Amino acid sequence: MPLRTLNPFVSSSPSSTTTEVLSEKEAIRIESREIRDPNKAKFRPRFTIPFSGSPKTAVRPSSEPTGRLEPPSQIPASFRPPSPQIPTLSLPTINLTTATGEKSKMEELSKPLTLFAPPSPAEAKRIAKAHAAFGPLGSKQHLYSSRFVGSEFPEPIADEPPYFYLITTYISYLILIIFGHVRDFFGKRFKQESYKYLQERDGYAPLNSDFDNFYIRRLQLRINDCFRRPVTGVPGRFITLLDRESDDFNLSFKLKGTTTETLNMSSYNYLGFAQSEGECADDAEKSIKKYGISFCSPRGDIGTSDLHVQVEQQVAEFVGKEAATIHSMGFVTNATTFTALVGKGCLMISDQLNHSSIRYGARLSGAVIDMFKHNDMADLERLLRERISQGQPRTHRPWRKILVAVEGLYSMEGTMVNLPGLVALKKKYKFALYVDEAHSIGALGPRGRGVCDYFGISTSEIDILMGTFTKSFGANGGYVAGPKAFIDKVRVTNAGTIFGETPTPAVLTQISTSLRIINGEICPGQGEERLQRLAFNSRYLRLGLKRLGFIVYGHDDSPIIPLLLYHPAKIPAFSHEMLKRKIAVVVVGYPATPLISSRARFCVSAAHTKDDLDRMLSACDQAGDILQLKFSSGIAGGQEPLHDGLTNEGVNEVRSCLEAGGDPGMEPPRWKLEDVLKRGVQDVKKPLC
Amino acid sequence: MATDEREHFSHTSNEFSGILDNATAIVPAQTNNYSTMADSALNSTSYLAAAQSSELPSTALHYLDVAFSYIQMIPGSAIIIRYIKTSHQNDPVRTVIELFLFIFAVRYLLAPTYSTKKTKNVPLSQEEIEDLVEDWTPEPLVSDVTDFERIENERRPVIVGPVGPKVKLQSGRTVTNLASYNHYNFANNPDLTQKAINTVRTYGVGPCSPPGFYGTQDVHMRSEADIASHIGMPAVIIYAQSFSTISSVIPAFMKRGDIIVADKAVNYPIRKGMQLSRSQVRWYEHNDMEDLERVLQKLVKEGQGKPLTRRFIVTEGLFETTGDAVDLPRIVELKMKYKFRILLDETWSYGVLGRTGRGVTEHQNVDPTNVDMIIGGLAGALASGGGFCASTEEIVEHQRLSAASYTFSAALPAFLATTASETVNLLQEQPTIIQSLRENIRTMLTQLDPRSDWVRCTSCADNPVMLLVLKDTVVQERGFSVADQEGVFQDCVDEALANGVLITRLKAMPSPLGVSPRELEKEWQPRPALKVCVTNALSKKETEKAGIVIRHAITTIMRGKKWQRQS
Repeated sequence: MPLRTLNPFVSSSPSSTTTEVLSEKEAIRIESREIRDPNKAKFRPRFTIPFSGSPKTAVRPSSEPTGRLEPPSQIPASFRPPSPQIPTLSLPTINLTTATGEKSKMEELSKPLTLFAPPSPAEAKRIAKAHAAFGPLGSKQHLYSSRFVGSEFPEPIADEPPYFYLITTYISYLILIIFGHVRDFFGKRFKQESYKYLQERDGYAPLNSDFDNFYIRRLQLRINDCFRRPVTGVPGRFITLLDRESDDFNLSFKLKGTTTETLNMSSYNYLGFAQSEGECADDAEKSIKKYGISFCSPRGDIGTSDLHVQVEQQVAEFVGKEAATIHSMGFVTNATTFTALVGKGCLMISDQLNHSSIRYGARLSGAVIDMFKHNDMADLERLLRERISQGQPRTHRPWRKILVAVEGLYSMEGTMVNLPGLVALKKKYKFALYVDEAHSIGALGPRGRGVCDYFGISTSEIDILMGTFTKSFGANGGYVAGPKAFIDKVRVTNAGTIFGETPTPAVLTQISTSLRIINGEICPGQGEERLQRLAFNSRYLRLGLKRLGFIVYGHDDSPIIPLLLYHPAKIPAFSHEMLKRKIAVVVVGYPATPLISSRARFCVSAAHTKDDLDRMLSACDQAGDILQLKFSSGIAGGQEPLHDGLTNEGVNEVRSCLEAGGDPGMEPPRWKLEDVLKRGVQDVKKPLC
Repeated sequence: MATDEREHFSHTSNEFSGILDNATAIVPAQTNNYSTMADSALNSTSYLAAAQSSELPSTALHYLDVAFSYIQMIPGSAIIIRYIKTSHQNDPVRTVIELFLFIFAVRYLLAPTYSTKKTKNVPLSQEEIEDLVEDWTPEPLVSDVTDFERIENERRPVIVGPVGPKVKLQSGRTVTNLASYNHYNFANNPDLTQKAINTVRTYGVGPCSPPGFYGTQDVHMRSEADIASHIGMPAVIIYAQSFSTISSVIPAFMKRGDIIVADKAVNYPIRKGMQLSRSQVRWYEHNDMEDLERVLQKLVKEGQGKPLTRRFIVTEGLFETTGDAVDLPRIVELKMKYKFRILLDETWSYGVLGRTGRGVTEHQNVDPTNVDMIIGGLAGALASGGGFCASTEEIVEHQRLSAASYTFSAALPAFLATTASETVNLLQEQPTIIQSLRENIRTMLTQLDPRSDWVRCTSCADNPVMLLVLKDTVVQERGFSVADQEGVFQDCVDEALANGVLITRLKAMPSPLGVSPRELEKEWQPRPALKVCVTNALSKKETEKAGIVIRHAITTIMRGKKWQRQS
């Protein structure tokens, strides 16, 4: 019964076409059936040659040799990754009229008894386009609602690879640096032309310092083709890359004129609102018609329209605060808000891994800045005690204000803030709390209202909630929410509001409509489905990766899943392996991460179907074998599940054992892909250990 | 804890040095008498043989014997003994030096690590800390709203519907709009809106990614190419917001130790960018080229003999705070002479000045490649969103990696990028729309500047954003403070609105918190002004009428009782 996916990767291949279509009872939306059972896949007739269809969409002329993009042929024949060969669309009509030439009574009926008719080509194209942005739900089982239960929020156990990998990582960097210096040595003597930009030119100092530029020139340039890949179209479930090539070792790129549609594991499209169809796009279109393209004015002048007022009201209600103010850019929201909050004589304490925009804002504010170890409440408490008791430096006067700034969900680690711990500290130390929910708003909590919702903590415990609309809402810009008196003040003292351009009508409508969908005000059920799909998908992919033996960071419910690569050479290798399998992933290394822990980062979306994730797991499985990435020790989860009820204690045992400095002596999890896929759906709703 | 450790270390090192002192004491004594001793192999037998012939007491010999037999039991001792032997080489001074080095190395290794962070903490007990924590009460997070701020919040106009030449306010009134930067009314151009809708239908609204991670869409690349060819520079990079573009470009190139020479009247984001860059900032009087030359000369003189640093002149094309235009040919001349780079903020002049809207370079006939970086905005006259930096390939590529608001922020929505491309092309294809705007500017100016007794226009003749300040004589005569002038203009805005014309006033730059009033006085603040934004969507007659309303509003307020001479 594996059928009827509208998978744009495949041109229709009649060999595997089948007429067995409607089998499940909950077939509400016919085009959204996408049930595939990997077990059944085993029994498929072998004569269906895997990957028989061109991997490109039928509409595009294939300009590359197809073989290059095909996954390696050594995939075990018993299991084939589900997605890439599912045939579509060329389904025959099922009609109850007899096929004989005889005149039947049926023909007299005005309505022919057609049980199933394949969609017309135009309709099929439209559906395919819609499904490329937002995949249909496969089964009601693929839903989950995430919420934190318990009293103490545990830190995720961070696994470490064997020492061999750590040492070879350092050696790799050493080799890269030595090679770089050798090349510089000879290059500066024999190829002076290409080093001109680092030297003084007719009385002008070079714009780049030789030392600062070394990393970019000698390390990053090698992997530049993994970054800034140009795309086109909707960044939804799939993303279309513009193929490019470089004939000067990544110094410049040329577009080849062809495109590749890839599975999008890279965009922050958590709730799948990046769509060019559906309610949001419809409303955005109406909004452009009604309001025009832009308001052409900052909020401080006349850039306030009824749309702004309405969206601000909606946002405030959604996050659970009295009032909110919005900006046209998330980065600027942070960069300008701190100057309106703290200044000279104030202390700002920031998490070590806070986003660059918070650092910008902090530096602009003129407050004293301190950092605490990532998510480490003990370190924060130590710092608070020291700073409060000592007062301001030199003068030893008491601080005027202390502001602690944290993020709800950290975009490179996938960790969530320890909000219960912070709230407890806040009660004792009376600091003001600023939570940047750039990634967590919409993505966490049973109602999608961010970390407070996830932890079940009242938003009144937090002074200021900030967030962006870029991620979960598929729009652009940011908001600050807080008590009304606070927002009123910020409106007149925040430079971003006074001088910064106001968000445009289409963006505002996108925010407004997506918020109403999440709330269930329009399209009841859709918002809930999106939230639950995201929660399910996040846990499903994380569990699968853990079981396959990868080291992943972050909390179990986080939709950001960093997969650790360690070796610098594996950064481009992993990206290329995934691209070969038509999956777009983000890879990051130093300086965005610590030198040693280069990683690939997957952002799960509600737009992904379980099949997409299975495809992802299968690709990771293969890439992991090729690149030797499976080195987890099992302490962070992925074990054979114990009996029901025992699993949680298993985690606690490991945790206490690790805290005591012992070796829990676990078997490293190296599940077979078939087993991972088989057990995934049922185990995902239990604690992921 | 730390002191304990230190004590412990000093103990051990004392012990060590004690042992070694003994050793040094022994060795010279032996070598004095028997310099040949070390020549023979330093194994225990020969050593003993040598020692026996000396006059050492037998008990000491016995202990030495035992000690050596123990030493020989240590694995690798033979190597050490051989090393000592070869290093001695019949020269006691060498041994002394070696020993000294050894002691130094041991001391160095055992010395406690010290931190470079100077902690001048007052030592406090845990109870005292508890008390202090309990005692500490923070100030409220924000201070109360002042009356003026409250009025500003309450009177901020809320527009219902599109921002055209006439806008509908929330109160239901329709008024003439002379307050938005929609100078060409591109925001409601039916062709442009249809194209924007088409883009939304192909790309969705937001790009959901920063440009580095799959957020660079083909439309962005096309807009970059369109703007580059329009402005006449090799490359362009698009940022997602116009306001923050320059605040991000400046720190990408200027670092600690670099020198920035800036006009005193530059706008707020430039100031913040310079603050972030931590460079050394020198100011010159607004648009005073002689003062600029003086500053440059001085800097060049100061820099002689020192390593060359990056040096920039930062100024605006059309000034946001004063409205007048920069003297670009002269600045380029000075830049060439003194070897500075120019960073020109054309946020308010791009799309406005010049025959086809290329900005101040076209307006003043300067080759744009003489300017090192041009920053422009797309959110104003071009009715799109975002900003850009035009420069050479090298400079643009550098920003893609190191400009914070580019790397760490989501890309510009696709429909705004296509709108920017379209409007840039429109300006090139139909320069007449710029001409018609200039005519309206002239019409408005004749209604305001020469005819008003109270205000004068500080903006350049081609600037559609007209800034009207109170005449110096008026301010002096009535003894207006800055706050008074702001009050006057707020009243003018309200009065004009009551008569059906929507205008705004220039907003002061927000001052940093916690700064003393004395320091605040040193900060440059723009002169309070009325802001009238001319648009070509209004006919000449309508513009004229609106101008009359504004002039009368100013007169009414200035003649009114409230703002008469202060006693």
